[in-house]
Amino acid sequence: MTIDITTQGQTATASLCGEIDHHNAKEIREELDRFIMSSQPKELEIDFKGISFMDSSGIGLIMGRHKLISECGGVLVVKNPQLYIKRVLKLSGIERLVRITNDRL
Amino acid sequence: MKILNEVKFTMPSLSLNEAVARAAVSSLLVQYDPTVEELSDIRTAVSEAVTNSIVHGYRHKSGNIEITVRLIEPREIYIKIRDKGCGIADIDRAMEPLFTTAPEEERSGLGFSVMSSFMDKLKVKSEVDNGTTVIMRKKLKSHDE
Repeated sequence: MTIDITTQGQTATASLCGEIDHHNAKEIREELDRFIMSSQPKELEIDFKGISFMDSSGIGLIMGRHKLISECGGVLVVKNPQLYIKRVLKLSGIERLVRITNDRL
Repeated sequence: MKILNEVKFTMPSLSLNEAVARAAVSSLLVQYDPTVEELSDIRTAVSEAVTNSIVHGYRHKSGNIEITVRLIEPREIYIKIRDKGCGIADIDRAMEPLFTTAPEEERSGLGFSVMSSFMDKLKVKSEVDNGTTVIMRKKLKSHDE
């Protein structure tokens, strides 16, 4: 799992690469939380383009970061989920809480 | 019911074995040449069941997880995932969407919902202090469909 965080103005993008399951969700959670707490971005996009697998551990991950960044006055955005990730997202109903966007091709 | 191929294996309840279980099931499934969607559904369901055994079944201890995967003709996969952990006292409640006993680990409570949505059949047998067995089946599309 690799996490690459870039910042442009008030918006930060965390590009994830690898698989999200219970085993590696902890590492992602810790790194994103450190960043949110230290940088307090107004908007944090989590880019899922490089994610090849995600189970419901990813939902817990998104929900937790949504809660933390909301408490810090920011907004979380889920970016570029692939089709099979969208199915897990849909099942959770998370799109009612978190904005989901896609880059234009 | 003819079993075309079968794999049985046991692994310790280490979280890094979630990926091992997915990979093993995927390897056997290749024989049926599944669609990307079918493969993704099955991998996700396996990951949920194994994670449940690790996070909930063996929450305060370690133990083994037994996995049986069968390819059944025509084009059906059977997966049994068994632990000898703490068991589930109330299966109906455990299967309710968003119900979790591990919110501090950010478990979303969607494991069984994912399993039942992504597979055709889901059966859960459990006994307190004696462990849980999850059986899932899914029919794969024929290449003519």
